[in-house]
Amino acid sequence: MDIKLEIKNIIDKNDVCLFMKGVPEAPQCGFSTAVSNILKHLNINFKGINILENETMRQGIKEYSDWPTIPQLYIKGEFIGGCDIVKEMFEKGELKKLLETKNLI
Amino acid sequence: MALSIEEIKKLITSSIPDATIEIKDLMGDSNHYSAKISSKIFNGKSKIEQHKIVYKSLQGKMGNELHALSITTEGK
Repeated sequence: MDIKLEIKNIIDKNDVCLFMKGVPEAPQCGFSTAVSNILKHLNINFKGINILENETMRQGIKEYSDWPTIPQLYIKGEFIGGCDIVKEMFEKGELKKLLETKNLI
Repeated sequence: MALSIEEIKKLITSSIPDATIEIKDLMGDSNHYSAKISSKIFNGKSKIEQHKIVYKSLQGKMGNELHALSITTEGK
């Protein structure tokens, strides 16, 4: 399957997706750990996609979002940002508000 | 190859001339940086757009030579 289509399917099927290094139970990078911990703190069920297991996915997601770094957070099909943006939104209470608006909390 | 603070500043300034940039080498290893950047160019843009402008100025080095650069952006 085309990688872009595969990514689109994952994003469509899961309300909250985190493309990350490692898995939610054992992230393998400080930035992936940070975002994963924020989602856990907010008690959000999310789908973690380990890009270290799939080189095509690793390149594909960067092109899909036009964003050069991992992790990448998607909520209801929308690209929210990487670690810096998610952290900033969390600290300002904006992430919680967004999740509430989307009926995910 | 790691990038120095000066090289990062030069890259950002070349595409965002009015940028005020503050960079810290977080671990002293020339590999983990944080950058605070403000510019008029960010005014009215979303955080994603602002960060994309910074990533573009780094000419593909982000995620390659530059492993860790934490970015904070604001308008002027």
